Amino acid sequence: MTAASDGAASGVEIAPRDVHAQLRGVTRVFPLASGAGLHALGPIDLDLYHGEFFAVVGPSGCGKSTLLDVLAGLSPPTDGTATFEDKPIDGVPDGVGVVFQEDASFPWLTVRDNVAFGLRRAGVDEAEIKKRVDYAIGFMGLRDFERAYPAQLSGGMRQRVCIARTLVLQPRLILLDEPFGALDQQTRLLMGDELLRLWRETGATVLLITHALDEAAMLSDRVGVMSARPGRFIDIVETHWPRDRDSRIVSDPGFGAVTARLWEKLRVESLKLMGTRP
Amino acid sequence: MKRGGLTREGWIRLAVVVAFVLAFELLCRLGVLPRTVVLPPSEMATSLWHLLETGEFTADIVSTLQDVAIASALSIALGFALGIAIHALPRLRATLEPLLASYYAIPTFMFYPVFIVVFGVSDRAIIAIAVLLSIVAMIASTLTGLDRIPRVLRKTAAIYRMGLARRALLIDLPAAAPHLFTGIKLAFAYAFIGVIASEFILSGQGIGYQIAYAYNNFENRKMYGLMLLVIIVATVANAVLDTIDRRLQSRLRR
Amino acid sequence: MRRLVDFILLLVGIVAAWQILHWIAGDIALTSPLDTVEHLGKLLGTERFWLNVAETARAFVAAALISLIGGVALGVVLGLSRTSAIVSEPILIALYSLPKVTLYPLVLLCFGLGISAKIAFGAMHGLIPVTIFTMKAILQIKPVYWRTAETMRLTPGQMAWHVALPAVIPEVLAGARLGFSLTLLGVLIGEMFASQRGLGFMITSAMGLGDIATIMAVALFLSVFAVSANALLLLLDRTAAR
Repeated sequence: MTAASDGAASGVEIAPRDVHAQLRGVTRVFPLASGAGLHALGPIDLDLYHGEFFAVVGPSGCGKSTLLDVLAGLSPPTDGTATFEDKPIDGVPDGVGVVFQEDASFPWLTVRDNVAFGLRRAGVDEAEIKKRVDYAIGFMGLRDFERAYPAQLSGGMRQRVCIARTLVLQPRLILLDEPFGALDQQTRLLMGDELLRLWRETGATVLLITHALDEAAMLSDRVGVMSARPGRFIDIVETHWPRDRDSRIVSDPGFGAVTARLWEKLRVESLKLMGTRP
Repeated sequence: MKRGGLTREGWIRLAVVVAFVLAFELLCRLGVLPRTVVLPPSEMATSLWHLLETGEFTADIVSTLQDVAIASALSIALGFALGIAIHALPRLRATLEPLLASYYAIPTFMFYPVFIVVFGVSDRAIIAIAVLLSIVAMIASTLTGLDRIPRVLRKTAAIYRMGLARRALLIDLPAAAPHLFTGIKLAFAYAFIGVIASEFILSGQGIGYQIAYAYNNFENRKMYGLMLLVIIVATVANAVLDTIDRRLQSRLRR
Repeated sequence: MRRLVDFILLLVGIVAAWQILHWIAGDIALTSPLDTVEHLGKLLGTERFWLNVAETARAFVAAALISLIGGVALGVVLGLSRTSAIVSEPILIALYSLPKVTLYPLVLLCFGLGISAKIAFGAMHGLIPVTIFTMKAILQIKPVYWRTAETMRLTPGQMAWHVALPAVIPEVLAGARLGFSLTLLGVLIGEMFASQRGLGFMITSAMGLGDIATIMAVALFLSVFAVSANALLLLLDRTAAR
């Protein structure tokens, strides 16, 4: 399934505007050695809707990754509430998958064992593991590398392994923390297409953290623009792309308008950051 | 490294070693290196063969190898445990690390009399010295291994909601394994050095002692035969461990 | 400040452990910290002790210089070509992990019983680590440095002095630190086995007499020297690494 035009036929139908995860008044303050606190994030209010693709852009150090850590249950908010599927987030919630920027593939396991790792941990039976792993490996185009070790693969391939490893657990909310940050531009565009395909096929809600405006504009239904630290949302841009889009959307006339609006907001924040650097 | 068969560099290395041995042999045969100083390699080999055949030193060889095995095992186990403990206490570690770095300058052999009184005249004193010499390498490698576990792997463990014990077993241990193996390799090498050196200077048994004894009694044939044995055993053991080590390290290369 | 407190606490801990071991093992096995310091103080007042120190120091300095100069020179030569580095590295590592004591009789037969045998044996210990570290450092200089130097039209001499040297100094210092420790070990082993002078000889003769107090005093003296010399080199290391 490669053509972009038959997308409406594939994937899962989603009821629109139905809140999946919610942040209310979330802040994060890191204690410093001096005794004072570093106010990294917030207060943040955010509704993530079921099945949407939401991207977060912001100047470096604005707390994007902290926001993701809160949603993933990796670090609790200092203040405010975070909920996923109407339950407060306390520890890593069931049904949430995370892909990190750094290569998180396990170098001591083959590609196949890497992908199967989470299922084995969860005690899923072997037949089911085989089925799901085969699917994920095929989906991410890793068929020829099943028996290879991560060290033998390129950075892009290793990131595919990590995505496949998350995919097999059938998460309902997928959090991605600059997953393509270390890849070259062409690979990023193609990985973006893979991500869109995965999003359509699984019907999962996706939150993507990125510093690349074009990536955010091309992939998302909505893009949240964050301010310099302490990060807050200063704008949320709706793209109105069709669900069956792909990277060729960059030649759409509307694309320029979206990136222009993102940059307009972000430019001011980035300038602040450069000016206020100690 | 290519599997099966040598690389180009491997062949050159082999040629260099062979050329060195042949040159050595030639210099001895020509009398440039007098026989009173050193024997030609071929005679060392025949002497070693003879020694092994007559079984004159079998008891010493067994005793040395046994001590090396026990000392390596002890320092690997204790060093690993201590490494984990020190890693958990960053303040202790910051203070201890400069001391560990200068550890090798302290001749541990001088504590032999202490161990003799504690353990009595036995292998245990030799083993204690070898452990003292080799344990630091294992501690240092354990620290490095634990340091080098990528943070993202720990985060991943949290995503899979693993407990501390499961994380240690399924993530930390395999992630640190290549560095731990380097520690095992070094611990073995130092244990071997420690046992042979203790025997050489202090004890009344083992290969090291027999070499010193042969030297003092001008028995050059025996001395060089045993010397060759030590060189061969050390080189082969280290080469095997080194090959495994490189293979493990290559998995880390990113 | 906190580091100083930690260091003092560690020292207190070591002394306490020593004292406890002394209580367990008794005077014949292990003299107490206080007695050891006292005995060392007495030794420091004798001329004989300083003659031995001078003898060991002479051999050590000579061996350390040979290790440093020889190791750097050898390391540079081997490191300049990737092939020679790949060929020689396993050989150097094998030599490093060899129990070199077994070769000491050979050294004695070559150099006789005097100070030159000790120097040669010390250098055997120190030379290899310095060589390995230097070689690896040269090999790991980023190619982009060479290209940058070329675009600035530096002469080969300028490249060596302004690019290669500063790039390898931290590694060479690390090698020298390990090398010097092992050189001292080599010299002492040499003195312990066959010599009539030096601190190593003092230890062996004290062993023969069952004179634990002297052994412990010399051990303390050497440990303090080794640790402080190493701390000094570490400091130099940090300054060089900027």
